[in-house]
Amino acid sequence: MATVKLTIDNNPVEVEQETTVLEAARSLGISIPTLCHLRELNQVGACRMCIVEVEGARSYPASCTLPVSEGMVVRTATPGVRAARKMILELILSDHPNECLICIRNGHCELQAAADTLGVREVRFQRMSRRLHPKDDSGSAVIREPQKCIYCRRCVSVCAGVQGVEAVGPQLRGFSTVIAPPYNLPLAESVCVNCGQCLLVCPVGAIYERDETASVWAALADPAKHVVVQTAPATRVTLGEAFGMPPGTPVTGKMVAALRRLGFDRVFDTDFTADLTIVEESNELLNRMKNGGVLPQITSCSPGWVKFIEHFYQDLLPHLSTSKSPQQMFGALAKTYYAEEAGVDPADIVVVSVMPCTAKKFEAGRPEMQSSGHRDVDVVLTTRELVRMLKEAGIDLTRLPDEEYDAPLGISTGAGAIFGATGGVMEAALRTAYEVATGKPLPKVDIKEVRGLEGIKQAVIDFEGTPVKVLVAHGLRHARTLMEKLKAGELSEYHFIEVMCCPGGCIGGGGQPIGTDSEDRRRRIEGIYRVDKNMKLRKSHENPAVIRLYADFLGRPLGEKSHRLLHTHYVRRSAHPVLTE
Amino acid sequence: MNTEELTKLRHTAREALRLREGQLPTDGFEFHVLVCGGTGCVSSGCKSVRNALVDEVTKRGLEQKVRVIETGCLGPCNLGPIVTVYPDGVFYHKVTADDAVFIVREHLEQGRVVQGLLYRSPETGQLLRTWPEIPFFRKQRRIVLRNCGLIDPLSIGEYIARDGYAALPRVLGGMTPEAVIEEVRKSGLRGRGGAGFPTGVKWDAARRAPGNPKYVVCNGDEGDPGAFMDRSVLEGDPHSVLEGMAICGYAVDAAKGYAYIRAEYPLAIENFQAAIDQARAGGLLGRNILDLGFDFDVEIRVGAGAFVCGEETALLNSIAGKRGEPRPRPPFPAQCGLFDKPTVINNVETWANIPPIITNGGDWYAAIGTEKSKGTKVFALAGKVINTGLVEVPLGTTLREVVCDIGGGVKDGKKLKAVQTGGPSGGAIPAEQIDTPIDYEALAALGSIMGSGGMIVVDEDTCMVDLARFFLEFVQDESCGKCTPCRIGTRRMYEILTRLSQGRAQKGDVDLLIELAHVIKNSALCGLGQTGPNPVLSTTANYRHEYDLHALEKKCPTGACPMRIKPAQARK
Repeated sequence: MATVKLTIDNNPVEVEQETTVLEAARSLGISIPTLCHLRELNQVGACRMCIVEVEGARSYPASCTLPVSEGMVVRTATPGVRAARKMILELILSDHPNECLICIRNGHCELQAAADTLGVREVRFQRMSRRLHPKDDSGSAVIREPQKCIYCRRCVSVCAGVQGVEAVGPQLRGFSTVIAPPYNLPLAESVCVNCGQCLLVCPVGAIYERDETASVWAALADPAKHVVVQTAPATRVTLGEAFGMPPGTPVTGKMVAALRRLGFDRVFDTDFTADLTIVEESNELLNRMKNGGVLPQITSCSPGWVKFIEHFYQDLLPHLSTSKSPQQMFGALAKTYYAEEAGVDPADIVVVSVMPCTAKKFEAGRPEMQSSGHRDVDVVLTTRELVRMLKEAGIDLTRLPDEEYDAPLGISTGAGAIFGATGGVMEAALRTAYEVATGKPLPKVDIKEVRGLEGIKQAVIDFEGTPVKVLVAHGLRHARTLMEKLKAGELSEYHFIEVMCCPGGCIGGGGQPIGTDSEDRRRRIEGIYRVDKNMKLRKSHENPAVIRLYADFLGRPLGEKSHRLLHTHYVRRSAHPVLTE
Repeated sequence: MNTEELTKLRHTAREALRLREGQLPTDGFEFHVLVCGGTGCVSSGCKSVRNALVDEVTKRGLEQKVRVIETGCLGPCNLGPIVTVYPDGVFYHKVTADDAVFIVREHLEQGRVVQGLLYRSPETGQLLRTWPEIPFFRKQRRIVLRNCGLIDPLSIGEYIARDGYAALPRVLGGMTPEAVIEEVRKSGLRGRGGAGFPTGVKWDAARRAPGNPKYVVCNGDEGDPGAFMDRSVLEGDPHSVLEGMAICGYAVDAAKGYAYIRAEYPLAIENFQAAIDQARAGGLLGRNILDLGFDFDVEIRVGAGAFVCGEETALLNSIAGKRGEPRPRPPFPAQCGLFDKPTVINNVETWANIPPIITNGGDWYAAIGTEKSKGTKVFALAGKVINTGLVEVPLGTTLREVVCDIGGGVKDGKKLKAVQTGGPSGGAIPAEQIDTPIDYEALAALGSIMGSGGMIVVDEDTCMVDLARFFLEFVQDESCGKCTPCRIGTRRMYEILTRLSQGRAQKGDVDLLIELAHVIKNSALCGLGQTGPNPVLSTTANYRHEYDLHALEKKCPTGACPMRIKPAQARK
């Protein structure tokens, strides 16, 4: 690619043609403040913090949207530019609640940090009017506080550009503008799929997860309750980040120890029911293939994805596997199978999940998810909420020993672990389906074609003469691409499609550390495959606890009990919700 | 229709219009009675005048002798409703329905001019029979408005009779696209929407830009308070805009045009749509125009009332079905415009200039105006001036000529204080500068802008704080809300101005206001935000003492500001 030479703060620099001035400056180690820029995702020039002086320009252009040009002379921190930035920040602060001390983002807020970096010590526009938009806590997973919004548009860009959902956008105009669902609908009535990708990029505390730590603390403090916890595959490679460990560091044993310290009666693993999901789902696939069922079958373990297809592709719902997600299989079994085994009244059991996901909060609350006769999963915590509990309890993860999960619902294989990465469910399913279908051991356990961060991946696996064609998509925009093709009849030769709502899969979920970027995702995926590699067992159907579960309790895959406890149905939702009444 | 048929049609149409040039009719008609039907005259009751004329003509059995024609806007809005009787061109003003009946009986039947409805010259006290004699029209040069008020906008024939659709066949029949662009470049025409970018350069950029298809867009989202130049052209001479767009389509290789017209202009939309339909039916739009192998069609998009949609990138977003918000430039629309394709977007007035430029040549146009500002400009003259309305003058005409000669001077014998050009994006030019010739550079040097053509005359009774507050109220209300400086900054400016006007100013308010104005001007995303503070910047530069009086002594020198809230009350 052609390059361009320019000067930034008296430093000559040569960069590729399409580079922005902001990036060119960064390549020189010059950091220009910005509150809205997200590389390639949100380059809209909204906040105007990144303005610079360009020789010959009439005004101060925003460096995030300004392409470099030959011979350009840029100054990033002249007195005029610095004064303007400071005043822009004052303007933002004059329309912000400034409740930093009690804000969920206290200490992790980009606005707070910018005010500090730029040395803003007064707001000359204080005591002028402020927008008054009510908090929207209608959603079971995601809460909006528009008063804190600084209009960076990152949530809008991510919701539309990464997820293809377009649940939120600017409504009204000028000073009254609010970033909200169309018609200012409550989030719960909108097409929001609760994926939480918006809150990962929110620079302030305007969007955040519903914090449910209080009900967990209450359950733990109640001696009458038997509190069990399950941890999702993807949380073990991210929990360490809040304690200073690099992304992707597996902290499974320390996490188990930490949960015991918090006072959980049993510490179990969602990887166990991930294995179970694989057994049910691959049998479902083989059954559809054998009996002329609807193909391709599509995975259903990602609740954001499930709500997405319910809103936008209702007619394709028959493609969705009826198998519940690992979280919900766990809940259903905890209050039936485990309750029986442990001799505990299911009414006294509180099932807590630790998930990388905000949509899991919604999933646990779905009316279909009560097959144990109780609400199967009582409370869903995101990785961040668990961090909050550990910090409040004074538990330093780094100083804990490694401990083992409790049996039997804590026993798992590497196939369960890789659920956390895009392509993982597919790989795990193929490991099992191949052996169930052919009766022969799989020659190569690692199925690398379905791994990695490419948006849509595909593979063909030879089932002893039967080629099985599969597709993998992550990020709902890519899922939409596949659904459009499926609708148009272009995917009829495929057998199985994995869809994960969030980019990178669950390791990039909306419940994960704020500010997750592609590099974090890559390293966490590496961590996940390291966990898989180090497991003795790597195929779900070889999990001894799963084998015993079928023998002692469920009978057989897709059997009557499985059907009742482990499978579900779906709801048709509108793609264009409007205000009713 | 092919070119031969067009020539034939032009010939017939000219015959029918001879009467309006004072020549003998050949079709039996003896009178053409033109009723100004512009939105301004509609407000003052021209519909009942027209109906009365038609009824009376019918009642008296004069249908074979008298044609009553509703035209677009002629310009002098404060004189409306206006009726002009041809072949003599007798100009009647402030006509009522009763007057109309009288005109039929006296003038059309008896041949006696109705003296009482003639315009009396304020200079000499004489009655003036025809409109070109009226001072309001004397210094005007009507190129854009060449047909406005003189033809029936719903008749393609009348447009053709007056050299309409003469430029298009010339372009399609014998000019290369490059030659067309060269002619426009030579004319020196600059964008009439306000920014004044050279039109030929813009077309050339779009022609050279890679990407297909390309688009041609007409910006008809005129929104400056009090400005209605574009509305009048769309209402009164829609074909001139269509023809300009088609010529550009040929020059830049575009087959599709969009006209974005605000919903508040129902008559403009109606007349423009009628023009599209007629042009299509006549083979002047659509496939294989005039059998010359060129395809071009135009569609209307109705704007939903946001001022910011007049900003070109916001307008293009709006056409594409997205929220009407500006986006950063570059890339400019010529490279990446509508649907991310190369697009020429020009304002209504710019388009209406194109056919005469092609017909008469770029050099002809370039001979009018100043060194850097060629041609004419239409202004909507308003405020404290005797004659209000639409005027078109050669660039280089002084503000004094427009305000005093055409406008007749300040109302009620008051003293002139300033002239605000460029609407909310412009500035107040003090009376001392009234001899400034109007061109892009001269107005910018005085802290204002040419703008799209709003011109508001400000007299000595006007408070400059109040004036600035009026415009900032507008700007903050019309901000799209995308970038911080405009969304919050213009709101804060408005709030400080309100404090000043209510006697609640705080220490340092005026300096804070000015500092904020500079920051917004330098940092806002789009042209609207960047020019939004201009009313404050220009008035604080020239009338700082008025601001200080409000701030320090809590007094409004003109009494325009309420100043009702005492500082003691504000502190509570």
